Amino acid sequence: MAIDLSTYSLTDDELTLSEGVRDFAERVVAPVSYEADRTKTLPMDVVAQMGEMGLFGIPFPEEYGGQGGDYFALCLAIEALARVDQSIAITLEAGVSLGAMPIFNFGSDEQKAELLPALLAGEALAGFGLTEPEAGSDAGATRTTARLEGDEWVINGSKQFITNSGTPITKFITVTAVTGETDGRKEISTIYVPNGTPGFTVEPAYDKVGWHASDTHPLTFSDVRVPAANLVGQRGRGFANFLHILDEGRIAIAALSTGAAEGCLEEAVDYAHKRKVFGEPLASRQNVQFVLARMQTRVHNARLAWHHAARLRDAGKPFKTEAALAKLTASDAAMDNARDATQIFGGNGFMNEYSVARHYRDSKILEIGEGTSEVQLLVIARALGVA
Amino acid sequence: MKIVVLVKPVPDTYGDRVLSLETGLADRAASETVLDEITERALEAVIRHAEESAKSGAGEVEVVAMTMAPADSQSTLRKALAMGAASAVHIADERLAGADLVRTAEVLAAALRRAGADLIVAGNGSTDGSGGVMPSMLAELLELPAATRLETIEITADAVRGTRETDGGTMTVTAALPAVVSVTERMPDPRFPALKGIMGAKKKPLEVVALDDLSAELEGLGVALDETASARSIMVAATQRPAREAGEIITDDGTAGERIAAFLADRRLA
Repeated sequence: MAIDLSTYSLTDDELTLSEGVRDFAERVVAPVSYEADRTKTLPMDVVAQMGEMGLFGIPFPEEYGGQGGDYFALCLAIEALARVDQSIAITLEAGVSLGAMPIFNFGSDEQKAELLPALLAGEALAGFGLTEPEAGSDAGATRTTARLEGDEWVINGSKQFITNSGTPITKFITVTAVTGETDGRKEISTIYVPNGTPGFTVEPAYDKVGWHASDTHPLTFSDVRVPAANLVGQRGRGFANFLHILDEGRIAIAALSTGAAEGCLEEAVDYAHKRKVFGEPLASRQNVQFVLARMQTRVHNARLAWHHAARLRDAGKPFKTEAALAKLTASDAAMDNARDATQIFGGNGFMNEYSVARHYRDSKILEIGEGTSEVQLLVIARALGVA
Repeated sequence: MKIVVLVKPVPDTYGDRVLSLETGLADRAASETVLDEITERALEAVIRHAEESAKSGAGEVEVVAMTMAPADSQSTLRKALAMGAASAVHIADERLAGADLVRTAEVLAAALRRAGADLIVAGNGSTDGSGGVMPSMLAELLELPAATRLETIEITADAVRGTRETDGGTMTVTAALPAVVSVTERMPDPRFPALKGIMGAKKKPLEVVALDDLSAELEGLGVALDETASARSIMVAATQRPAREAGEIITDDGTAGERIAAFLADRRLA
């Protein structure tokens, strides 16, 4: 996979977008991040402003109220937000990749016209119910069932770790469910369930280690009835659909991780200049300089990796391996940089009021969500023909 | 209706601003150039009016962003277009480098005449020059009413209305259109341009105007074109502001109150 990077750069529009979102992150998001994390509340006014800025509509065409951009541009925005606040960045990532994208990619024209405009304007959020207590990366182990009774699906089962599922503006969840069996193999389909449908319960939010302001709940479905027309895409194509969505999502998580790694780096550089130890700034110590240099190297590598995967995706080329590679590289970078940054901060690095402490708690999930690091390694090993 | 918003590229207010001691002018290369915040706010207020007007069917409002600035500051006009201005006018001419306030007003007035506007909106002072007189000078040259330092504006088909805070209270002022108004930083927070706006900005008209293009209008204002090349008020000398001296830390040993009082009295601050 030879790639020509000799003339590689962002376009003017991409630079302007990236700088604009960084500016937004610093002026609008950063001032509320500590409080949102402490109180475990998604700041809805920030979400509303992200909607006004068009962030939720970036990779969608204008006919549905989108911005007419691509996945790369979306990832730039996610990266710029994650520098400051991972919870806000994942709210955008999940809102687009898991909320709107399944409808856009697989929904009917009627479903798109009905559901997309509010999602793309950031006025509504939707979740994607894939993970179950016994089905994570092994999505084929799905137990939730949906059986067709007349012109209704009757859904039973439970989902866990579902992002954006219980916000004040959440409108529906797209769930994967077993809808039958063909030749002994489970037939999995995707169906959307409006919030408030009888039998559909959004359980209390999780007590998470990080991403405190991100809205995440377990969901239960008990004889939930929705119209047959709520099937998203073809019956039995649910498995293929969510594999596609997961591959894309890995690029977005790689971009988010890159932002987190960069946020840690910038905070650490700033602190190393200011903090004096034995009369000299920390930054004067070669050990600290080398730690910072290594942090910068990780940010750079992570960024190039996700840029490559996103460019491939937008060019319509295969990107599965590159997405796995980017996700692995970038999530490692985020966790490593968070650990190094908190170490440079010393005691302050253990205080939640410092954003590096929040990044330290927040970054662990980057090695787990959207496919664990082990799953990424498996994907890469398969591409090598050794697994 | 056509509303021209005067915007200004200035050195980034959040960065270090440097004065070139040689020319007495702001060193534009020393920091990033951004749209002056107050002009961004003025633009936001006018774009909101245009959007509401279009939504309510009250008629189309064309928003034009105009600036007189060095040729390399065009990105700031692109931002104005990305925010929602329909077109932009960039008066750029090397002969205008270092133009004083009167000269700037003459050139802007000529360009405004050429553009034709029902309403001209400006900030009440820029963060770099802080002259604060441009709106009044433009109104004088264009023989239009001026409503300055407005904290709110309300635009109707034939008039503009607003309020101005004074020491004693609040004044409500109104002027028939066409008119010039200046607004304060109490205008709404400027929007962050959306990707669609950023991509669309490149397709919007951005006219670059040189002094020669304004010769007829300058003549109409009684200004000879060759006069515009020379500044009438010139900087004689410029000095750097002295660095701030270290403060004095008073540690309380029981007499701190007295020492602070003496410190303030010494400096005639109490």
